[in-house]
Amino acid sequence: DIDDVGHKYHLELVLEDVLDKDSTVNCTAEVLYHLGNKNIAPDVQFTIEGELKNTDEADNIFYNRIKSLEKELVAENIPDSHGNVSPEMEPIHLLAWVASGYVIWQNSTENTKFQLAQIKHVKQVKRSDEYLEFDYMILLHEMVSQEIIPWQMTVLWHPQHGVQVTQDSRQPKHA
Amino acid sequence: DQVLHIVPETFQQVQHLQHLCSTLPLDLWKPLLPEDIWAGEDLHIRVPAPLVEEVKDSLDQHMISYKVLIPDVQELVDQSMPKERSSQRQVPEGYVYTQYHPMEEIYQWMTQIQKSNSELVTQHYLGKTIENRTMYCLRISQPSDKTKKIIWMDCGIHAREWISPAFCQWFVKEILQNHKSDPKISRFLQNLDLYVLPVLNIDGYIYSWEKDRLWRKNRSPHMNGTCYGTDLNRNFDSSWGSIGVSYNCSSEIFCRSGPESEPETRAVAQFIKRKKSDILCYLTIHSYGQYILTPYGSTTKPPSNIEELMHVAEIAAAALMGKYGTSYEVGPTALILYSNSGSSRDWAHTIGIPFSYTFELRDKGTHGFVLPPDQIQPTCEETM
Repeated sequence: DIDDVGHKYHLELVLEDVLDKDSTVNCTAEVLYHLGNKNIAPDVQFTIEGELKNTDEADNIFYNRIKSLEKELVAENIPDSHGNVSPEMEPIHLLAWVASGYVIWQNSTENTKFQLAQIKHVKQVKRSDEYLEFDYMILLHEMVSQEIIPWQMTVLWHPQHGVQVTQDSRQPKHA
Repeated sequence: DQVLHIVPETFQQVQHLQHLCSTLPLDLWKPLLPEDIWAGEDLHIRVPAPLVEEVKDSLDQHMISYKVLIPDVQELVDQSMPKERSSQRQVPEGYVYTQYHPMEEIYQWMTQIQKSNSELVTQHYLGKTIENRTMYCLRISQPSDKTKKIIWMDCGIHAREWISPAFCQWFVKEILQNHKSDPKISRFLQNLDLYVLPVLNIDGYIYSWEKDRLWRKNRSPHMNGTCYGTDLNRNFDSSWGSIGVSYNCSSEIFCRSGPESEPETRAVAQFIKRKKSDILCYLTIHSYGQYILTPYGSTTKPPSNIEELMHVAEIAAAALMGKYGTSYEVGPTALILYSNSGSSRDWAHTIGIPFSYTFELRDKGTHGFVLPPDQIQPTCEETM
């Protein structure tokens, strides 16, 4: 408890590579949830022990594949109802995961626990520069309320410049 | 996946091909082993789809020419085994427990299971859902002259948690297939009767197959059909409506107008109440999160037998972890997950059933409710 400021948590955690379960890296973090205004994202400071794997090769393969598509990529329901993701959609799925992490961080409080449930729809947006742009409609699952929350997010990505969420907005649930 | 046909011309090419086989997960169709690759001899190799480009690049780089023998292996497989949705699939001998099944198939499966195991299995009527579908549970009981204690297990109280009904079906199959050969199971059945309800929220489950994969509640209409669904796990008579609920129909945790307002809740509650003096253990299976939850959700005050409840749950979690290393958290719901009232687990305990647990199966959020079918087997095996 930090008077007049908020609640600070000190965490020691282990990060596990989703694509390689044996590859782990230790991490320490400090998270500060602000008192009062729930519209401010929690402050996060972290240090990673060691290095994360280099993914240049896979990144470039994906980048070139999308760049060389004749028509803009469009897809829906990733994963499908049975939990399957086709190999070509796997990077699109992973990208959504990372981007949704940002959205979740920006909207988390001490009383929420969000997970990405599904990509409802994704559409590639043509750009004249070197970036890839995707317009996602995702479904977030919030554990405490059990709600499924549709969320729109615009995601920019480049192999050397990383991920950026340039726009995101919570969507109304259908009746 | 593609199958490539290569005829290596030189020893260097053979070596390179052997190197590829040992470093990448390639499937040699001909010859059987990398050491049998010879220059001048046919080589047939299946390359998994994500590696096709990489392998072809590597062959090009080493000037190894190849022909694509089979451009799409899956297509060939599908052609040779037409997918039939006829009665063939529902026969338990051919029933695929590592796939998710729609309700129609589960109904047929229950009938078949009862027919092919009639000495042990009986099907019991519980009631009807709000959309007028019939609710059945299976009773597995070895004939005996003594009255046996009962273990009750229900699955699928929340529509989107597909791994849950999949587990109930797996469980029944395992018990019936191994009751003679497995001494543990056979001793189990000598002393206990098992009641299994494969899908409690039938209407919701069907809705999640046909309309909305992430639906949770049942399908009871509210406010003249402008809003649907009560959370059945907030509808039981245990501190109903007090905490962790919503009185708003559009919420996923809508508890409705009063305890047991829903026909599905009533059907289960009535059945259990009638047998409660013989019920030793109540299990309700959910996903996701990897928890074994004890009462209560509605208060942090512990139940009278909390030590025993925790002890048994911890042994279970340890056994579960022993199989594939999957870790489950154990404890009272209100302490380790969130507060909720009207849950079936709390209710079972308050009416006198000593052991009452909620299992939240795999995973921890990576796939969440949409767990891929290749995880059905490991999840069920470890939970077993």
